[in-house]
This record gives sequence, C-alpha cells and structure tokens, in this order.
Amino acid sequence: MSAASTAAIGHVLQGVGVGRRAVVGPVAQVRPAPHVAADAPLLVDGVPADVATAHAHVEQAFADVAARLREQSGRSTGTVKDVLAATAQMADDRALRTQVLARIDAGEPVVSAIDGIVEMFATMFENAGGYLAERVTDLRSVRDRVVAAAMGLPAPGVPSLERPSVIVAKDLAPADTAALDLTNVLAIVTELGGPTGHTAIIAGQFGLPCIVRVAGATALADGADVAVDAADGTVTVDPSEDQRAELERRATVERTLESDTAPGATADGRAIALLANIGTAEDAARVAGGGVEGVGLFRTEVLFLESTTAPTQEDQTAVYTRVLRSFGDRKVVVRTLDAGADKPLAFATQPDEENPALGVRGYRLVRTHPELLDTQLEALAHAQAATGTTPWVMAPMIATAAEAREFARRARAAGVATVGVMIEVPAAALRAQEILAEVDFVSLGTNDLAQYTMATDRLRGELADLLDPWQPAVLDLVDATARAGQQARKPVGVCGESASDPVLALVLVGLGVTSLSMSAGAVPAVRYALRHHTTAECATMAAAALAAPSAAEGRAAVVGLLHADVRETLGA
Amino acid sequence: MPQRTVAVASRVGLHARPAMLFTQAVAETGLPVTIARPGGEPVDAGSILFVMSLGVPSGEEVTLTAEGEGADAALDGLVDLLATDLDAEEAS
Repeated sequence: MSAASTAAIGHVLQGVGVGRRAVVGPVAQVRPAPHVAADAPLLVDGVPADVATAHAHVEQAFADVAARLREQSGRSTGTVKDVLAATAQMADDRALRTQVLARIDAGEPVVSAIDGIVEMFATMFENAGGYLAERVTDLRSVRDRVVAAAMGLPAPGVPSLERPSVIVAKDLAPADTAALDLTNVLAIVTELGGPTGHTAIIAGQFGLPCIVRVAGATALADGADVAVDAADGTVTVDPSEDQRAELERRATVERTLESDTAPGATADGRAIALLANIGTAEDAARVAGGGVEGVGLFRTEVLFLESTTAPTQEDQTAVYTRVLRSFGDRKVVVRTLDAGADKPLAFATQPDEENPALGVRGYRLVRTHPELLDTQLEALAHAQAATGTTPWVMAPMIATAAEAREFARRARAAGVATVGVMIEVPAAALRAQEILAEVDFVSLGTNDLAQYTMATDRLRGELADLLDPWQPAVLDLVDATARAGQQARKPVGVCGESASDPVLALVLVGLGVTSLSMSAGAVPAVRYALRHHTTAECATMAAAALAAPSAAEGRAAVVGLLHADVRETLGA
Repeated sequence: MPQRTVAVASRVGLHARPAMLFTQAVAETGLPVTIARPGGEPVDAGSILFVMSLGVPSGEEVTLTAEGEGADAALDGLVDLLATDLDAEEAS
C-alpha cells in the first residue's frame, strides 16, 4: 500500500525544484487515462449489463462528457476555450456516437466498440496529416473520458479546480497545461519531466512553484494539504505549524523583494539589465507592467508551433507590433524561429531525423526553408516601422562565424539594425571572438549550451545533474564568451534559465555578462542579490565557481561567499 | 435528390472553426445531409469528424445532398455558409 505509506503525516518527497517559491495547499491529482481491458464487461449493480442497458449507458456517457467539456469551455477564455469547445463537439459527434452504439447493439463489448470507432477516425486523421494529425490527441482524450464515464471510473485529465490547489501529475502534456485554470493553481508537482521541460517553463512564466521528478507524487491523496518548496525541491505531506509559518515568512520576503522595481545594478552601481523571457503578445502585455527593463528573449516559435502552415508576414507583423508596442522604448530582443528537436513544426521539420537535437533545427532551417527566415525578418522590419521602435534580432543555434555573417547580412538587408546570435553550441562559445566580429551582440542560451557541452538530452530528466548550469565546463564556455565580449566591447547576455538563479546570476555577472533575461517572476530575487554585492565580489564568486571540481561544490563555495543577510533572505 | 456544388471560401479550408460552424448548421436543419469532395464518397455532413477528415482545402468545390421536406431551402442556406470566409468573421 504505497499510497497509504507515502501519505503519512510529515512525510517528505524529494524532487528537483524549479524557482524558489513555496506554498501550502490541497492536492489535486490529474488522472491518467483509464486502463480497461477491451472486453471488460460493463457492470450495472454488480451484474453484466444487457445490450439495451449498455446502449443507454454509453449514450449517456457521450452526452455527459460533451456537456462537461462545454461547461469547462464556457468558463475559459482564448485558446483554451476553443480547444475545449472543439473537443466537446467531437464528443457530441453524431457519426462517432451512432457507429459506437451500432457496434454495441451488435453485442460488442463497450470499450472495444469505443476503441474500434475512435481508432478508425484517428487513422483517418493521421493519414490526412498536418493539423488533423494534431487533433488525434483531442480525439483520444474524448475516448478516455467516455470510457471512464461509461465504466463508472473517475474522469481522466486535469480536474476542474474549485479552490486554489497544488496540481499533481505523472507528467503534463502541453494540452493538459492549456486546460489548467491557472487562477486556481498554486503549484505544479510531477513525477516525470525535467527542470527545463515544458511544464517547468510554463510554471516559471506564471511564477508558480514547480517540482519535477518527485517519485511517489501520484500516490498523494487528493485533497491532502502539502507544502511545496521549490527552493529545496521538497513536497511535505500535512506540514507542521512551524513549517507553515516559515513559508509564510518567505512569502512576505518575496513580496518585499517584488516592491523594488529599480533598474538592475550591482552594489557599486554597474548596470545589469534585468529582462524577461516571453513567448507571446499576451506574455508581453502581462510582463510589461512589472519591473522588467525589457525583453531579453522573445521566443517567436510559439507563433509557428500552433499553425499547420507558416504564418503569413502580415500575421507575424501584427504579433510583433503588439509586442513592441507593449514595451515602448524598452529593449526587446526577438529570436528568430527556433524549431526542430523538441519543438517540431508541422510544415518544416524533417520527420525522419535520427538525432533531431543535432539536426536541421534553429538557424539551420535556412538551408531547407530560407523563406521562413526572410519572411520573419521582413515582418519584424514592418513592425519596427509601425511602432517607431528599434528591436534587436538574434538567430538561434549558430555554430560558425560564417553562419553569423550570413544571418547578419539577411537581417540588415531586411532593415533590422541591431543583430546578434545565440551562443548555445560549444563551437560558437569557443570561437566567440570571430562571431562577435560579425554581429553587434551575443546571448548565451545556457539550457542548450549545457545540453551540448555535457552531451546530455534536455528531455532526459534523470540526467538533470549533468545538465546543471553550475557544471564547471559549462561555466568555462560562458567565461570564454564573456571575455570575447569584453574585448570586442559588445554586449553578452544570458537568456537561459540559469539567469533566474540569483546565486548563479552573481557568478554570470562576475564572468562579465552584461544583461540577464529570465522568467519575469525570477527578476525580483536576482535584482536583490545583485544590489547587495559589488562587481569585485561577483568576480570572486565567479573564480570560485570556475575553480570548483563539481557543480555542487561550485554552488556551495559561492553560497559561502554570499553576504549572510542575503543568504538568509534567499534561503540559499 | 436535391444537390448543390459550392467552392469552400474559408482561407483555412473546411477545418477547425469553419468545419464546426458548418456541421452545427447541418445539425440545425434536422435533415440527413451528405458532403463529398469531387469524385469522393459522400459522408455525413453533420459529423465534425467526417467533415474534418475530408480535409477540403480553400477554394475546392464540394457537393452537398439532402433529403426530406425543406431540403432545397436547407441546402441553399448551407451553400451560403460555405461561400463565406468563416475565418474572416472570426477575426472581426
């Protein structure tokens, strides 16, 4: 009975925390799809149902599932509303319902009948490809819901949240996350996933505490109070009064840190721009009101991932214009399409790549689809003209100075004045001097830089220790890039999640990084840490991190160099 | 049996929201209506799953048939709907 033992009072589950926040709240489990044998009998009052009863039961199940989805859609907005409405219409579909019921009338077991017809449609959708192939996920979620409803099992998927709750799941698919009512989500805990995966990034954007790779999380009892502490990666069942008080104290500190919105700078006054990572125009509108000095990474691929065909220049111009307008005179760094690997595109990604992370992704798409980049650059130039702003543009996955030169040529030809590239391939970090000779700035993407330096798949959560941005080899490459930037007198930013760790941020500044871009929710703590340390202290910390034999020892050494009051406030 | 042929005006073709509006309109007629691509098998036009899986691109002609009382009027209404850019309405 693992469920009973892990739910014991005060029991602590360990995982990998994302961010530093902590919260106490009731568990809301995301139910997995029901596993029911295809020939399982439908039992009504303990006896197998006859055909007429099964027919009535399944018909009711379809109606209930559709009604519930419509109701959820009615309470949602934007994309989520549309996704739920479309899914409701599938559950309502008369062909689906009629054909399933015909099979049941012919004596076929309930689950087998539903699966047979759903698979028929799924195959038709998959054969059609593109947009329809993506809808197969929705179709299967209808299947899961109807099977659960017909067989009297708990409804699968994200629960409808009646009160602020801690979402607990084995793993969350992007569709699950889209269905979350974020106003009632206190924190996210998953058994799988990694600290740079989809769920963690979404949680970061909304400032939610998140802990991934928590073994035993799905055995937590629904409704049980848990303390989720992202700073040390723990989930505590039924926390003590003392622990609740401590977490409340930290929340108070957090609110105090958030009240400071002055520009980022070290104690001796060296300006370090504190910027936000965003993915959509909605992000821009939400983040622009807070204390950030601009955008250090606008991930434009979100615009592309949701469509089956390349968005038109007009559509892109409209989105870029909204983003630039949100930030007015503040800096906005736009990253051109970074698709491929874990972010495949329906219309551009080559489906048969054996090593997509090492394949035609990021800037390399220019080899097969140059029109994608040129259209994007034109759209950005139009948005620049429409808003009278001067956005910066950068390309992802640059490996050589020649690629940097070619990108700069295309961007300048389109009319974008300030051009840079991402440094996330070790070759580019080692040759940063040559690359900086071609462009105006560089930005380190530490997530991918760690992945490629450590030869460790970002999606393999169990290798998270190797992906640690504190790995001295990764910091060596940051160091090499920052030195090249200082020699060339050109900006070197960091836009990976490493910038959101206030302790590591001090090391990055000590290495010579000139701006930090992160989830907007991480800015206050980084601002606070910077303000309490001088440039010279940051340099000492950087030297200690580089000299350490391991990631853990490097972090420990730097934590030891923090001012004591900062260490206490940050709970480092 | 009354029959009409019309080119699909929506920019995305008969997908997503246009498909949803079309099948809803078919259901409201209360009549059995089928839809077919040129040379293709007719399928139930009231089923979003069948209609979407036809994958009709923008500008392609489809053939609608209906049976029963009021079939002609119902088909005229559906033809008007398909001849409208249903995406444009969404944007406005």
